[in-house]
Amino acid sequence: MSEEKKTFGYYPGCELRNRVKGLDLSARRACRALGIRLKELKDWTCCGGLVPQVKDNYMGFLAPARILVEAHAQGFDELMTLCTFCFNTLRRAAFFLQGHAEARKRLELFLGVEGLPRVKVIHLLEVLRDHVGLDRLRESVQRPLKGLRVAPYYGCLLLRPAQEIKLDNPEAPTLIEVILEALGCEVTDFSSKTDCCGSYHIVTNGQVAGQCSDLILRSAVKSKADMLVAMCPLCQFNLDWRQKQTRTAPLPVVYFPQLLALALGEPVDTLGVAEPAATALSALGSPT
Amino acid sequence: MSQVISLHRREEELIKEIAELSEQNFYACYQCGKCTSACPLTFAMDEPPHQILRFLQLGQAKRLIESRSPWACIGCLSCATYCPKGVDLARIMEALRTVHLRRLDAPFCYTQDDGERLSTLPQSALVAALRKVTW
Ligand code: SF4
Ligand code: SF4
Repeated sequence: MSEEKKTFGYYPGCELRNRVKGLDLSARRACRALGIRLKELKDWTCCGGLVPQVKDNYMGFLAPARILVEAHAQGFDELMTLCTFCFNTLRRAAFFLQGHAEARKRLELFLGVEGLPRVKVIHLLEVLRDHVGLDRLRESVQRPLKGLRVAPYYGCLLLRPAQEIKLDNPEAPTLIEVILEALGCEVTDFSSKTDCCGSYHIVTNGQVAGQCSDLILRSAVKSKADMLVAMCPLCQFNLDWRQKQTRTAPLPVVYFPQLLALALGEPVDTLGVAEPAATALSALGSPT
Repeated sequence: MSQVISLHRREEELIKEIAELSEQNFYACYQCGKCTSACPLTFAMDEPPHQILRFLQLGQAKRLIESRSPWACIGCLSCATYCPKGVDLARIMEALRTVHLRRLDAPFCYTQDDGERLSTLPQSALVAALRKVTW
């Protein structure tokens, strides 16, 4: 099977089904434009949100293990994700289960399967880097995002722990930058790009999460970015929530696949971009 | 900040439990403080990350399971990324929370938020926040 024809399993995750449909929609459109074939996993369930980090908690791996078993049963050896939480949880679980015979044994018993399959959990960024390639990506751009200054925000779970995730350098990553540059954007030098947005502290203590988000927003504004590109629905939520709460002049937050689809020639009003990013992106004009 | 602690009694049993759960070697830490400078949540902690390691080395675990710090930790792994000795503090924090949850008789009161606000929050945040108290 040639690389072009390969079909990737696709795991959207709960958030993309509800609050952030634009992330799902724009990624599907971008993949179609690039000839990347995606097939959504049937009957998927929640990824579990976090992986356990203590030795004896095997049950915490049940949710991601079930998804990996399902993906394999439906014929996928690679499963693509977009949400950073899902990506981190599924990729870490796949890594852990390969190295832990005792955990595998218990989960196999619990799930009633013989042998947990090896399924590679991948992110859209990797599909772009490793399957499409930067050269082909550059050639596919219909509407170069010239003049758009973007702060590339990774957050924490996309890169860490580096020895398990193995996506990019956890201290000084460049993957989002090189892809954005291929789309024609100008990438700003943004010192908080791997900092934590405050994550799920938003549930129990919004002020704590807000203080974390403040640092990131300030650093992005200081880099003179027109907008910040986010990968994760929770990062986007926290950053937008904090800006509303503090009533600062908003720095638009856009999802990476929305910029990607836009550069590939998709109309901005089909990508589910929220305000104020939608207005800023509409000003970019039509494909050349 | 100086603190007076009594070293007469090491809480060996607890220390052993935390070491086993976290699978970390507390004695690898040489107190460089990189974890604390990398941690985005020290402002919400009563004991900064490197100090947690020091207390564990000194056999003082009880105060740590009563500390706010493990609950302030969000598992972002900045500490582990920058630690020159390969200590994974996020696992230690989770071990401290786990011991707390497994030992305390009283249920842990996590949030008293109103349902309306909760319904506006991202699912990933709700799932992750609840998982933190159910290990
Ligand atoms: S960074 Fe590592 S060695 Fe340095 S104080 Fe923290 S745990 Fe100890
Ligand atoms: S994992 Fe916890 S202790 Fe480590 S840097 Fe993040 S919040 Fe701080």
